[in-house]
Amino acid sequence: MIADLDFSIVGRTLPYLTGGLQYTVQITVVAAIGGTVFGTLLAMARLSALKPLALAAAGYVNLMRSIPLLLVIFWFYFLVPVILQSLTGAERPPQIGAERSAYITFIMFEAAYFCEIMRAGIQSIPKGQAGAASALGLTYWRSMQLVILPQAFRNMLPVLLTQTIILFQDVSLVSLLNVTDFVGAATKVAQRDSRVVEMYLFVAVVYLALCWALSSGVRRLQTKIAIIR
Amino acid sequence: MISVKNVSKWYGSFRVLTDCSTEVTKGEVVVVCGPSGSGKSTLIKCVNGLESFQQGEITVDGISVGDPDTDLPKLRSKIGMVFQNFELFPHMTVTRNLTLAQVKVLGRGLEEATQKGVKLLERVGLAAHKDKYPGQLSGGQQQRVAIARALAMDPIAMLFDEPTSALDPEMINEVLDVMVGLAREGMTMMVVTHEMGFARKVAHRVVFMDRGEIVEDARKEDFFGSPRSGRAQQFLSKILHH
Amino acid sequence: MLAAGLQWTLIVAALAWIAAFVLGSVIGVARTTDRAWLVRLGNGYVELFRNIPLIVQFFVWFFVVPGVIPPVKRWVVSVDPLTFQLVTSVVCLGLFTAARLAEQVRAGIQSLARGQRDAGYALGLSQVQTYRYVLLPMAYRIIIPPLTSELMNLIKNTAVAYSIGLTELFFRTREMGEMTFRYFEAFGAATVIYAAIAFASNRLMALLERRVAVPGYIGAHK
Repeated sequence: MIADLDFSIVGRTLPYLTGGLQYTVQITVVAAIGGTVFGTLLAMARLSALKPLALAAAGYVNLMRSIPLLLVIFWFYFLVPVILQSLTGAERPPQIGAERSAYITFIMFEAAYFCEIMRAGIQSIPKGQAGAASALGLTYWRSMQLVILPQAFRNMLPVLLTQTIILFQDVSLVSLLNVTDFVGAATKVAQRDSRVVEMYLFVAVVYLALCWALSSGVRRLQTKIAIIR
Repeated sequence: MISVKNVSKWYGSFRVLTDCSTEVTKGEVVVVCGPSGSGKSTLIKCVNGLESFQQGEITVDGISVGDPDTDLPKLRSKIGMVFQNFELFPHMTVTRNLTLAQVKVLGRGLEEATQKGVKLLERVGLAAHKDKYPGQLSGGQQQRVAIARALAMDPIAMLFDEPTSALDPEMINEVLDVMVGLAREGMTMMVVTHEMGFARKVAHRVVFMDRGEIVEDARKEDFFGSPRSGRAQQFLSKILHH
Repeated sequence: MLAAGLQWTLIVAALAWIAAFVLGSVIGVARTTDRAWLVRLGNGYVELFRNIPLIVQFFVWFFVVPGVIPPVKRWVVSVDPLTFQLVTSVVCLGLFTAARLAEQVRAGIQSLARGQRDAGYALGLSQVQTYRYVLLPMAYRIIIPPLTSELMNLIKNTAVAYSIGLTELFFRTREMGEMTFRYFEAFGAATVIYAAIAFASNRLMALLERRVAVPGYIGAHK
């Protein structure tokens, strides 16, 4: 019953919970940056004239977007040690915990989504820009770096940020691998102290407040950008 | 039939309509013209309640448009409206466009509604297209269907909001011909348009609007002969070059 | 064994989709009316279900709701675990997806020119009639592509039901891996199955789009 709820558990375990939230934020930031970089490269690959490259990139992106994130997490949990083993020539796969393989997982997963966003952004830049850049003597890479990508990035910034907020929420799935992210920390406290209702309510409220504030911020940014243009 | 008294409409500090008053009696054809932004589209949309207004009174056939107790759908079913962008319903055939409101609003049977629709299509010269979709018709054809759609409701008055402004020049006449025919039959019409040739042919009165106000409201002969206001003269001189 | 899991995946997805479509349409329409309170209510709903991670929503429905509402708890105790998991999954995924569909429906209706609504009203159609005969038929055609991706998202999201023990496809995959130690084969099979479902739904929606296309229009523009 509502009256029996004891939220003091939150106060007592706050440092532990904050640690979990910190982990969530870390993954989000790393995956957002890494995913944007890798995603941009993927986007360029998809748009390239080299058919095999374009097909490979498209295949990767479509695969990542067709299967559940949980499946991707588990794949990387198994694959990362194996790949590292073959790269370093070690005898046995190194013991990479789920905490650390998660970094790779989310960079690789989000890259597929950032790729589609950046691809739309690049394609929305008028063809004249690329023409002007090469007329000035810039190579493909330099014109991308100096002319096309900065504009594409600025145009798609609100969408990229929205995707980052989605990423922030998606990280919570690692809790199912016993990782101590925000939800994982709450789950562990809930199980240990039998305070399931309080902990999950707390988590829900915190996410609601944080994500709502963040998405409102992105909306305000969007109106500001619209005015500047 | 249509009575507009001291109508004003504003958005915050921006006045769209200021103290507009005019009348359209039964069987009369009134043309409303003016430069863009003069509020003429807004005024005509106030007549059937598509736009609201803060001050003034509009009555159609004795029924007040602004009154919250008025049954607006019922009133609107008696007033036909033709839009600049035709606004046929793209997912319905021409025939269904014509019968939808007859059946759902007036409660006519589908047989009766279809017959009426086909007769009106014949009248505007498009009976052969009755089973086509709007997307398969040209602009002029679509607008003629739109006029038929409005007529299918047996309206007591027809409102036209720049009916030919979105048409390619070669199609304007086919639509104007239909409108002239309507006027000659005695339909009460209020037409927002730039087509002064049409006004000269069948209008009884011309109303000139500028910046939300009715600047001149005169009989056709007076308006084209010797308009009283400087702004109207300016406007006329600019557009009477075709 | 995976087939049994797949069966639950598809059942949950189908039921949740129906619920989400109906609820999402209602909320989406509400957000396009001119009644401020309806719009605010609709917006509030969308914000609530979009800003909480899906797994947290699963836990709320599975643990918190029975924990604070006694009638629910009594019901939970009286039914078998599978029923409880099923109902929770359908409710959770249904409400979650409804928020996303509400967004699509709203965008679809608002992308239609204002004139269509005006034309409906001008003929004397009531607001309900205008939505039913004029706005919604076109709006739904317009949003078939984003609707398709939401359907694919829903199918993927059924895997999260694993967290409350529902023996859908992902659960069975993991179980098979643990029992046979043939993780790669298990996950590989699951990957192929999910990819196949995604591909199939994509094709289905493309077919639907072709069938309901309005002659003379591509999407909603001439």
